[in-house]
Amino acid sequence: MRHLMNPLDFTVEELDSLFNLANDIEKNPAKYAHVCEGKKLATCFYEPSTRTRLSFESAMLSLGGQVLGFSDAGSSSASKGESVSDTIRVISCFADICAMRHPKEGAPMVAASKSSIPVINAGDGGHQHPTQTLTDLLTIRSLKGRLGNFTIGLCGDLKFGRTVHSLINALVRYPNIHFIFISPPELRVPDYITDMLQEKNIEYEEVIRLEDCISKLDLLYMTRVQRERFFNEEDYVRLKDFYILNKTKMELAKDDMLILHPLPRVNEISVEVDDDPRAVYFKQVQYGVYVRMALILTLLEIKC
Amino acid sequence: MLNVGKIEEGFVLDHIEAGKSLSIYHHLQLDKLDCTVAIIKNARSDKMGKKDILKVECDINTLDLDVLAFIDHNITVNVIKDGEIVAKKELVLPKEIKNVIKCKNPRCITSIEQELPHIFVLADEEKEVYRCKYCEEKYDERLE
Repeated sequence: MRHLMNPLDFTVEELDSLFNLANDIEKNPAKYAHVCEGKKLATCFYEPSTRTRLSFESAMLSLGGQVLGFSDAGSSSASKGESVSDTIRVISCFADICAMRHPKEGAPMVAASKSSIPVINAGDGGHQHPTQTLTDLLTIRSLKGRLGNFTIGLCGDLKFGRTVHSLINALVRYPNIHFIFISPPELRVPDYITDMLQEKNIEYEEVIRLEDCISKLDLLYMTRVQRERFFNEEDYVRLKDFYILNKTKMELAKDDMLILHPLPRVNEISVEVDDDPRAVYFKQVQYGVYVRMALILTLLEIKC
Repeated sequence: MLNVGKIEEGFVLDHIEAGKSLSIYHHLQLDKLDCTVAIIKNARSDKMGKKDILKVECDINTLDLDVLAFIDHNITVNVIKDGEIVAKKELVLPKEIKNVIKCKNPRCITSIEQELPHIFVLADEEKEVYRCKYCEEKYDERLE
C-alpha cells in the first residue's frame, strides 16, 4: 500500500504513468465513470480549504465512487482531543482511501504510519501540498507537451510560498530548466533552494521586476504578494505593482507563454488577462481534478 | 583524588564536557538499564581542564552509543573486556535519533500530539544536518 506525502514520493517514471493516466481520463471520461463504484473517499479536512476538498470530491465522484468526511476540525473528534493516529484508525473502517488536510506539518505522515488505507496529504501547514504540485506538473506537461527544456518565471512571494518551493523541487528532476525568480528582496526564494540549484548546476536568475524578464519566459507561475509580508507600508506600495500582471506586461510576453497560478487569485493578475489564451489558471483547476482521479486510481491499485 | 574501581566489561566514556555527564546518562537511557554506572564529574584533565567520565558496567553488545556522535564528537568511547581496554569505539552519526532532541517548529504535529516520539533523520551526512521526520524542520543546534 502506498501513500502520497511529498511530490517526490513518486519517481519521474511513476509520474509519467500517472500523467498518462490523467490525460487518458481527460480524453475518455466515460471509460472511468464507474471504476470506483463501491469505493469511498474520506476527506478529512482539519482546516477549511474549499477548493482542494471539492477537487478531491469531484475526482472521486467522477470515478463513480462516494465521498464522506469533515471540512473543519470543529466538526471532527479532534475538537474532543482525539489524536490523528486514532482518527485515521477509525476512518480506515469507513473508507477505502483518505485525503487529509491538517494545519500541523507532518500530521498526514503520522496518519499514514497508522493507516490501513492509502493516505493522501492534501496540505499540511506550510510544509507540503503534493497534489498542487502534481496539478502544476500535469498542466505544464499537457499544455506545453513536455516537462523540461523551458524557462520558467516564478513571481511573487517566493519566500513563504510552499507551492513554489515544492514545484521547484519537482522540476529540478527534469532536464534544461532555467529558473527566473521574480520577487521583492524581502520575499526572495530561500537560500536552501538556491544552494540546491547551485549544487545541481542548474541555472537561475533573481530579478525584482517582472517587466525585466517576462519576454524570456515560456511559463510564468504567479503567486500573491501579501501586504502583511512587508516590513513597512512604503515598501509594499513601492513594489506591489511590479508583481501585478496586466495586459501591458502581457504584450511583452511570448505568444506561447503560459500563465499558471495556484489560486486563489486576489489582484496579482488583472481580470483583463483572464481572456488571454495564455492564461491557463482555470484550466489548471480542471487538471487538478484529472490528476487527483489518476492518483486515487493509482493508490487504490485499480487497473482500467 | 577520588578513585573509582575498574570495570570488568562495559564502556568508559571519557572526555565528556564537564557537567554534561548526567544529560548523556539520560540520553543513553542508562536509568532504564539494570547495570552499575559511575558518574564522575569535574575530573582533572590535561586536555580539557575539567571533564566528566561515565563508567558503565554492562554487556558491550547491549548499548547503542551512536547517539553520542550526535551529542559530542569529542567523547572517547573505550570498550572494556576482562578489565582491559580492548578497543576505542568509532562513533558514527546515527541515521535516526529518537527522543533525544525535540522539534521546535510550532507548526509541527509533535507540538500538539504529546505522545508522538520526536524523531530526527540524518538528511545530510556531510553537513551533519538532521531534519524532523514529520515537518522536515532542520535541527542545527547541538544539545545544550
